[in-house]
Amino acid sequence: MNKEQSRNDPLLAATDIIKSFDQPADQSGGKDGRLTVLDLPRFSIANGEQVALIGQSGGGKTTLLHLFAGLLVPDSGTINIAGIELSRLSEQGRDRFRAGNIGYVFQTFNLLPAFTAIENVKLGMSFGQGNVDAGRAAELLDRVGLAERANYRPGQLSVGQQQRVAIARSLAGRPKLLLADEPTANVDPTSAETVLDLIRSSCRDEGISLLLVTHDMNVAQRFDRVDELDTINRALSAHSKQAI
Amino acid sequence: MSLLTIAWRNFCHRPLSSLLTTLSLALGVGLVVLVLSIFGIVNEAFTRNATFGYNLVVGPKGSALQLTLNSVFYLSQPIENLPYSQYMEMFPQADRQAMVDQFGGDPELGKRDGKYAAFVSGGYAIPLALGDYYGTFRVVGTTTDFFEKLRHGPELDQPFEFEDGEAFQADSEANGYFEAVLGSRVAAEMEVGVGDLLYPTHGDPEGKGHEEAFMITGVLAPTGTPNDRAAFVNLEGFYLMEGHAKPVDESERFDPVGEADKSSDDGTADGEGNRRLLSIPEREVTSVLVRTGNMMFAPGMQNMINESLEAQAAAPVGEIYKLMDAIVGPVMQALLGITLITCFVAAVGILVAIYNSMNDRRRDIAVMRALGARRETVTAIIVFESFLVAVIGGVLGWILAHAAIVLYSGKIEDQTGISVNFFTVSSHEIYILPVVLGLALLAALLPAWSAYRTDVGSNLSA
Repeated sequence: MNKEQSRNDPLLAATDIIKSFDQPADQSGGKDGRLTVLDLPRFSIANGEQVALIGQSGGGKTTLLHLFAGLLVPDSGTINIAGIELSRLSEQGRDRFRAGNIGYVFQTFNLLPAFTAIENVKLGMSFGQGNVDAGRAAELLDRVGLAERANYRPGQLSVGQQQRVAIARSLAGRPKLLLADEPTANVDPTSAETVLDLIRSSCRDEGISLLLVTHDMNVAQRFDRVDELDTINRALSAHSKQAI
Repeated sequence: MSLLTIAWRNFCHRPLSSLLTTLSLALGVGLVVLVLSIFGIVNEAFTRNATFGYNLVVGPKGSALQLTLNSVFYLSQPIENLPYSQYMEMFPQADRQAMVDQFGGDPELGKRDGKYAAFVSGGYAIPLALGDYYGTFRVVGTTTDFFEKLRHGPELDQPFEFEDGEAFQADSEANGYFEAVLGSRVAAEMEVGVGDLLYPTHGDPEGKGHEEAFMITGVLAPTGTPNDRAAFVNLEGFYLMEGHAKPVDESERFDPVGEADKSSDDGTADGEGNRRLLSIPEREVTSVLVRTGNMMFAPGMQNMINESLEAQAAAPVGEIYKLMDAIVGPVMQALLGITLITCFVAAVGILVAIYNSMNDRRRDIAVMRALGARRETVTAIIVFESFLVAVIGGVLGWILAHAAIVLYSGKIEDQTGISVNFFTVSSHEIYILPVVLGLALLAALLPAWSAYRTDVGSNLSA
């Protein structure tokens, strides 16, 4: 935890976040050519807290995760994670911050096909400050039940197994915040249960805060805190009014 | 996991593309190494064999390079012939008088020192007479000094050794002046040896055969020099063959001292094994191999001869260096240029292969970025992939080229005397890996730039 951050401060605190993108000319209606997808007055996650964020498709969920991961920068507003103000970091600083603080689980797993399961997990530690810990990689694979498949390539694993490897990879760098983008959307219901349990229990065990976005209410209902992006994102309200 | 390991995994993930790209580079590098090696071998063969202890070759006026090529390497055609009296200019008065007495000639020749005798004193002057062939090999008329005084080897300290038999004698009891010594390749290819007869042909390999035969008395051990490809005959026997006497007027004919009674009408022979030697005016030499008494005398002697109207003197080592600079070097450079273009094309292949793979890999790059990899990191991975192709292709090409050289090492040694093994490298080969890495870096720039600019958000969402 950063020295500047007190014990009671939230791990993540976002304030007045606005993010817009260039809009294709045929969709901009002759306006300024940019579409605001996020207008978030306030959002926070406490240390160790697990939050489900639900919202409709195209509602800006992934964009929000990319902002929290430092992959995108907001047009305005501040994002503070673990005492670090992301907007003050250079791109390299955000990369370094992401490698040391953020875990990411993708909807489509995004395992690298050239690498085995264990190597994919090691990749999760390869870009941070610390050394690659082969023991931890093996332990994580064991935790997700794939110790015996350590040397399998992604193509040799089922989709559920691939997502479990992706979870192990996201935990490899001992992140403070795990961002999960529809992690159960591409797996069968049984595997979805397993994946969800793994993510939640792992975060709980390692004291990692979790922000999981989903459009599936069954998944969201498993969380103590569920936020609706459609409600908290003022950009969506504005679009709705425009549509009306 | 190191970036190199990540690059290696990516290299292995597309085995066919990686293999073909690497192979094309290996072939390019192999060609470059072969050209460099051949250039090295040719260069060494020419420069090492440019002398056998002598420092000047004296011959008739004309091309100094041609004189060197036909006198040292037995290549090209002789320019013309040099009067024997010019050869006699290398000797002091006593030796000249002895020649006049032995062969017959203008008595005035024996009354003074040769013009160049002071330069040669303490050294040697060995005459060569060319023009005939044995099969496709040059017949070289010379004296026994050739085998006694010349040396070969890298340090020019190895005397000629005989694989079989011995050197011909100046005048043997059994064969008179008609004895010969064969170079090792001549004996091997013509399948003859000591005790066999050698019938030279006149003028060229397809020329009219001489009736006179030379008894082979010795076969030289291989030397790796042009002498392996020559048949040496006694100069006196060479002169006595039909058509080898220079036609002279009656006024120029001289009989040896005390031999006037023995001369026959045809002027060449007076019976089996007892022929009259040619007189000095009838004699010519193609060239003279000269070692000056002191190496420092050579330039002075060369100048003096070149200022004369009759002869020229060439420094064979200098001529060979000129040849290398003027002809062999540029040819090799042209070949090197062509092979470097091959490497460049191979480098373009690397570029195309990696660049084409970028479309499939944008998501992978985006994932690595999401895992914390910096733009520079993913860029470095692409460059390392290109370097892997370069290093593997370069080393493979080097190995292939040197394996090919080893495969032909026996033949190379037979023909040039240059002993080569797998690790015989030319000095320029040390530049190959840096050049190939440079090309690989150039080839990686475009795909690396593409990797650098990969948009994470859109590719993760795609």
